[in-house]
Amino acid sequence: MQAVQSSFYLEDPFGFSATFVGFDNYIDALTSDYYLHVAKFTLIFTILVTFFSLALGLLLAAKADDVIRGSSSYKTLLISVYAIAPPVAGLIGMMFFDQHIGPFVKMAAWFGWDMKVGINYFDTAFAMITVAVWKQIPYNFIFILSGLQSIPVSVREAAAIDNRSRFGRFWTVTLPLLAPTAFFLLIINMTYSLFDTFGIIDVIVKDKAANNPITLVYKVYMDGFRGNDIGGSAAQSVILMLIVLVLTFFQFRFIERRVHYN
Amino acid sequence: MHKTTFSDHLILLFGVFIMVGPIFVAFMTSTHDAIDVHMKGLQVAWGDDFVDTYKEVLTKKGGFTGDVTGARMVMNSFILGIGFAVGKIVLSMLAAYGLVYFRSRFSTLFFWMIFTTLLLPLEVRILPSYDVMTKLGLVNTYTGLIVPLLASATGTFFFRQFFKSVPDELLEAARIDGAGPFKFFIDILVPLSKTMIAAIFIIMFVYGWNQYLWPMIMTNEESFYTLVRGIKQILLVWVGSQIPEYNQAFALAVLAMLPPVLIVVIFQSWFIKGLTESDK
Repeated sequence: MQAVQSSFYLEDPFGFSATFVGFDNYIDALTSDYYLHVAKFTLIFTILVTFFSLALGLLLAAKADDVIRGSSSYKTLLISVYAIAPPVAGLIGMMFFDQHIGPFVKMAAWFGWDMKVGINYFDTAFAMITVAVWKQIPYNFIFILSGLQSIPVSVREAAAIDNRSRFGRFWTVTLPLLAPTAFFLLIINMTYSLFDTFGIIDVIVKDKAANNPITLVYKVYMDGFRGNDIGGSAAQSVILMLIVLVLTFFQFRFIERRVHYN
Repeated sequence: MHKTTFSDHLILLFGVFIMVGPIFVAFMTSTHDAIDVHMKGLQVAWGDDFVDTYKEVLTKKGGFTGDVTGARMVMNSFILGIGFAVGKIVLSMLAAYGLVYFRSRFSTLFFWMIFTTLLLPLEVRILPSYDVMTKLGLVNTYTGLIVPLLASATGTFFFRQFFKSVPDELLEAARIDGAGPFKFFIDILVPLSKTMIAAIFIIMFVYGWNQYLWPMIMTNEESFYTLVRGIKQILLVWVGSQIPEYNQAFALAVLAMLPPVLIVVIFQSWFIKGLTESDK
């Protein structure tokens, strides 16, 4: 709880003195244009990463559940990316978006898109989101697939008799049965986009946050360890703690409900 | 059930292409030499510099101070991964054992204290953790690297759930046979939870190996760098130079992802079991 304490103080960079400043650090953080700008990007980033990684994970899991031949090799190949560390994913991503050798930059050039990752704000954000989604798909895939496989065969057969259209069946029977898993994954993906993408972002912006998109966690790190603004950084991390608290609260409320489903 | 169509396989193959493609390209590119990569871009075929690149990456002294080799980073990564996994298992098994089998006045209090750590991922308590470690003089030590990461309740909950499902009759039988709490734990609970331990070990090894933010803050001496920790330096030092050594950067990336990926793929069923049952 030291973070809460130091968030109320203004400390000089060498730690010799600390002045009590009350809620000033919070007010500074919440009213600064830059903080709000970063918060806005974090929100957009979280929504996009959560949406795309869940959608692609769902698509692949549904297909892997359908096929019979080769399903275990698909599974093995698809989950392998889970084990890659975010910064390593970021490094590989940077190479693909590299100015000299990156195939994505060349592909973008075909469409007349002059991509400059690391310099152009939008392009950097695009690369970040792509890498973050790529890294998170296997996780969603594993959970959705195990959710799909726990749906009893009898339910599936009943549905197959009632409804001939595969898509209709998926929409009206499978998806509602997946709802608990999906909700759990929604929370997990939000926490992932908020915190675990730190490595990806750090490798992509390389300490030069100046004109690049960063998330709130990265700002905590930049202010606290690079800018030596301990109080301000602590205040920001307390705000983040509150966000985590709310997310976790929802998660546990929901787990209680899930016990009901089973 | 319905027939699988061609398009199902097409979508899956496309998914595999997107997921595995970049890893494949990274590996293939690391087998070419730097000039080749610089001139022709990323490679998809096997080059003939595999041995040279990896030998250089593993043995050449690099970094700013010039006393850290790739092999050293591999070793540090293994120490962190295995140390973290083992520590986590021992700690969470003992904690869960205490919570499930010992009725004490404070057990509810302890349960909630452990429970609240779930609310605080390391990322949000990084400043205070760092402060404590500096005061204890544990910066740039393996202890300082591993111990603060252990403080989280995930494993404890997993084992608690499992211990609760162990029938009480076992405990009664063990007590009749004269086994004390310690003997019961070692001779009955530990053998019973072998698969659980394996599953948790895999997940925690991958988690420990992939740590980034904490090692970055705790270690500024390069001889303590892990592979994942060294990634940014690779980008800054090598790729920023005249002819960027893309092949070596890729080789290190491959080294950094090979052990966790292999473990996950080989022990797939345990891994999935552990993940879907513990990460809640």
